This record gives sequence, C-alpha cells and structure tokens, in this order.
Amino acid sequence: MAVMAEPIAAQIKRSSLWSRAFESRNFLGAMFMVPAIAILILFLAYPLLLGLWLGMTDTKIGGVGRYIGFGNFVSLAKDSVFWLSVFNTIFYTVAASIIKFAIGLYLALLLNERLPFKSIVRAIVLLPFVVPTVLSAIAFWWIYDSQFSIISWVLIKAGLITHYIDFLGDPWNARWSVVVANIWRGVPFVAITLLAGLQTISPSLYEAANLDGATNLQRFRHITLPMLSPIIAVVMTFSVLMTFTDFQLIYTITRGGPINSTHLMATLSFQRAITGGNLGEGAAISNAMIPFLVAAILLSFFGLQRSRWQQGGRD
Amino acid sequence: MSTADDQTVGMSYLESFPRKFLRVYLPLGLIMVFLLFPFYWMTVATFKPDAEMYDYEKYNPFWIVHPTFEHITKLFFETDYPLWMWNTVIVSVCSTFISLFASVCAAYAIERLRYKGSRYVGLAIFLGYLVPPSILFIPLAAIVFQLGLFDGNLALILTYPTFLIPFCTWLLMGYFRTIPYELEECALIDGATRLQILTKITLPLSLPGVISAGIFAFTLSWNEFIYALTFISSSENKTIPVGAITELVNGDVYHWGALMAAALTGSVPVVILYSFFVEYYVSAMTGAVKE
Repeated sequence: MAVMAEPIAAQIKRSSLWSRAFESRNFLGAMFMVPAIAILILFLAYPLLLGLWLGMTDTKIGGVGRYIGFGNFVSLAKDSVFWLSVFNTIFYTVAASIIKFAIGLYLALLLNERLPFKSIVRAIVLLPFVVPTVLSAIAFWWIYDSQFSIISWVLIKAGLITHYIDFLGDPWNARWSVVVANIWRGVPFVAITLLAGLQTISPSLYEAANLDGATNLQRFRHITLPMLSPIIAVVMTFSVLMTFTDFQLIYTITRGGPINSTHLMATLSFQRAITGGNLGEGAAISNAMIPFLVAAILLSFFGLQRSRWQQGGRD
Repeated sequence: MSTADDQTVGMSYLESFPRKFLRVYLPLGLIMVFLLFPFYWMTVATFKPDAEMYDYEKYNPFWIVHPTFEHITKLFFETDYPLWMWNTVIVSVCSTFISLFASVCAAYAIERLRYKGSRYVGLAIFLGYLVPPSILFIPLAAIVFQLGLFDGNLALILTYPTFLIPFCTWLLMGYFRTIPYELEECALIDGATRLQILTKITLPLSLPGVISAGIFAFTLSWNEFIYALTFISSSENKTIPVGAITELVNGDVYHWGALMAAALTGSVPVVILYSFFVEYYVSAMTGAVKE
C-alpha cells in the first residue's frame, strides 16, 4: 500500500522516457506478450512452417534434405498403405464420433436428472478422460488379448461363442476394437461438456412447454436440441479433431497392425519418419492431414458465429 | 452440488421408483460399468499372482484369491520406473509453471491492456490451440535435435507449453473478462503500476481460473505421449507412459503384471489430484469449449 500512497509529485519527477514507455499500453502489451509469443513462435509457428517445407524434401534422419517439390505426394498417391491409412482414419473418426456423440448426449441427459450423489457420479464419469490415455490403453490391450481376453471368457461361459475372439489379429475386429477404446475415452468429454450446456437451458422453457402439453420427445426435439446445438457444434469439432489426429491408442494397442489395417495417418507418419528415418515422407503424410483439420476448424468457427447470433451478441 | 444445478422440471418427483429405475438408473449404471471396467481390470491384474492371471479355469478371473505385491515390487525395484515417475513429475510441474506464467501475462495483455492488434493475437492463440501435436512432432524433432535438447527433460519442458499456453491463455482471458474494469481504474488512480494491478488485483480475483488452468495443464502434460516418445531415447529419461509401453515389453514377452502395475500407479497421482480439484478441472474443460 505504501507504493500506492506515494505522492503524485514524486511520480511526475520520475517520469523519464523509460517510465513513460511503461505507461504506453502498446509497449507494455508487447512486454507482457514476450514469454508466450517467444515459445509459440519457436516451438509452434516455426515447426508448422518447417513441417510444410520438410514435406517437400527427401530429408532423412541425420542428413540434409533436397527440395523435391511434390515428389513425396506423388509417391504417396501410388502407395496403397497410405490410402489404407486414409481410409482407416476416416472410418475411425466417423464411427467413433457418431457413437461418442450418441452415448455422450444420452449420458448428459441422464446426468441432468435428479440423482443422488450427483457430483460424485459426475466426477467418476470423467475418469477415463483424466487418466493417461496410454495407461488405460494398456488395460484395453490386456482386455483384447487373444488368449486371456475377459470378453471372450464371459461370452464362452454364457454359451454365445465357442472360440476365443481374435480381437487384434483380424483387420475388422481390430478396427472395431480400437474404435471401442476411443469411444470409452471420448464419451466422458462429450457428456460432461454437453451437461454443462444442458445446465444453462432455463427451466422456465420446459415449464412453458409442459403447460402447453408437450411430450418428453417434443421437449427434447424443440427445446433441448436447438438450445444445445451451438455447444454440440463446438464439442463435436473438438472431438473430431482429437479423434482424427489420434496416435496414442493405436500406437499402444495395435501399432497399426494387423497388416496396417489400423494404421491412422498419424501413426503411419510416425512409423515412416521416426522409426523408418524418412522425415520428409513422414512430414508429407502429416501435411496431408491439414486440409481435414482446416475443414473441422472452419466448421467450429461457423458454429461459434451461430452461437453468438443465437444469444443476441455482437459480431 | 448445489440445487441450482438441478434442472428437473415440474412433477417429475411423482414418477414411481420402478419407472425411474428403468429410465434413468439402469442405463446410467450400465454406462458406468462400461466406463469403470478397465480400471477394475487394471487393479485386479496388478495384484494378481501370475499363476492366477493365466489360469481362468482354476480361478475366477474377476477375483483375486491370493493378492500379491510382486508386480509392484518388480516394477519399482527391477525397472527404471522410479526414474520415469520422477521425470514425469519434473516435466509436468516445470511445463505447467512456465505455461501459467506466460499465459497469465499474455491473457492480461490481450484482455486488459488492449494493445493494438490484441484481438488478432487472441484469435491467433486460439488457432494455435487447434494445431494437434501429431502434425508438429516431426519438424519439432528436427528442431529439438538442432538445439541439442534431444533425449533430455528440457526437450519436453520447452515443447509441452506449445499446447498448454494456447489453452491456458484462452481460459484465463475468459476469467479476466469477468473482473470489473472499475477495480483496475481505482488502482490506476491510486498510482499502482500495471504489474501491481496484475499481481494484487487481477490475479487474486481470478485465482479459481488460474487453479483450473494449472490443474488441467498438469494433467495434460502428465498424459502427453507423442513428444515424449519421439524426443526421448534412453530409458532413464523416459516418462511413465513412454517407459511403460517401450521398456516393459521384451520382444514377444509382455510382462502383463508389471504393465498393469505401471498403468495403475501411473494413473493414481493424476486421479488423486483430480479428486481434490474436480470442480476446477470441469470448469477448465467446459470453459475452453464454451468460449
């Protein structure tokens, strides 16, 4: 408080060029931004551009690359493994996102009911999202084990199947297995964020609908969904982004196998660039993901615009 | 949770218990079983002796007959696990603090100093939040190597802020916006400098936001995988997720007991932290989406 109470005269006396600079908002603003901007330029913006450049070179680990234009993309276009990874990524993203949305919305509606121990239930629901993905994926790896899978054991005991299911050895089994693991990890995020959206809907809307004799389904269709749609757009964009660029689950559970049938673009680029040493080719695969990401971001942007407009805000 | 969160409407209290059980509790219970089963399975496998783990005929797989600590002792005394744990703690703590410091300054400047172009910088930082690590790790590996940071904690401490700063800044901007301008104007009139305003007015008032950002940033760095996998090569420098998946698998021999023990003990610290700060964590997660 002593500083604040300093007489004004003393302040004026000290006002040299330096101290006047510290009163300028632009100069001060720039000073405050230095730490964040320095880190983000060196480790985010620069690598992003370097990645675009690397994708057009034939750089190997430990060597200097040569500019080869679109050479990497031309060879990738003839590479069946690359196209398989594109297919896998799209399948993985679409299947997991749709189911995550359905279960997540349902769970959010259930959690929005009058429940005992609601906050504890909500805290538990979020656990799969909190725990390190790789570590929970190890548990899934063991659940999907070909000899000791608990799912197979239960199904055999129930008399539904006669042989252990080869979860990770068959291409389509493996694809669905990783999709289920991804759903398990993603549902809490979708559910809890949608729940936060549900809680902002005013109860008076439902009361008015009740008085008008609306059924449960009508209330959901004509109040909940429209009021929730802006947040649904944002949550699903994030969810799609995270699923599309997923790496950890696949790397832990299948490493892209069997015979590349679960390779996503991210895991394939890791395999080519880091394991195989072809940095340039790996970077080209990463770059091929960018158009999809831009599409998702634009979607999010327009989702945000719409939410502002619906809430009667500016811009 | 306060009653304000309870959005149930009208005469739902008249609903009979069997009806509500079928409509709410049963599906909720089933989803909870699905969400919690992997944790149960992880815990069971950690404390099960090998003899029970690989024999489903003699022992019921859902239960442990002779609980044992052999997997945990093996993990702690025969592998580099304690070092991985130490690395994970160091990296998470340092990158969280660096990110919080940078984000508090940046968010304050963008939201309160309103310097020329601050709106665009704010938008650019939000876009940075959307750049996923899986398209950055290849060029970053080249940069980390050139800077001579390869295979050390510093490589992770300096790169984790790339995904933490955009998130924390965005979250803190939202919190700073809720603090009335008048408080700062009063302080300015009393002769406080901008730095004093930040440390004595804005920060104390937005402490919940800072805690939320810190908790979320800490769990994100604890969970990070792809950078740690790419930038670290020697066992003693690895973090828990990378160490568990690369060092506990010898060719075709999976040490399931030790793997599960690593998964369980690596998750417990985050879960404990999370359980103390659930509300902050949730507000960080939903806040980032709501803006």
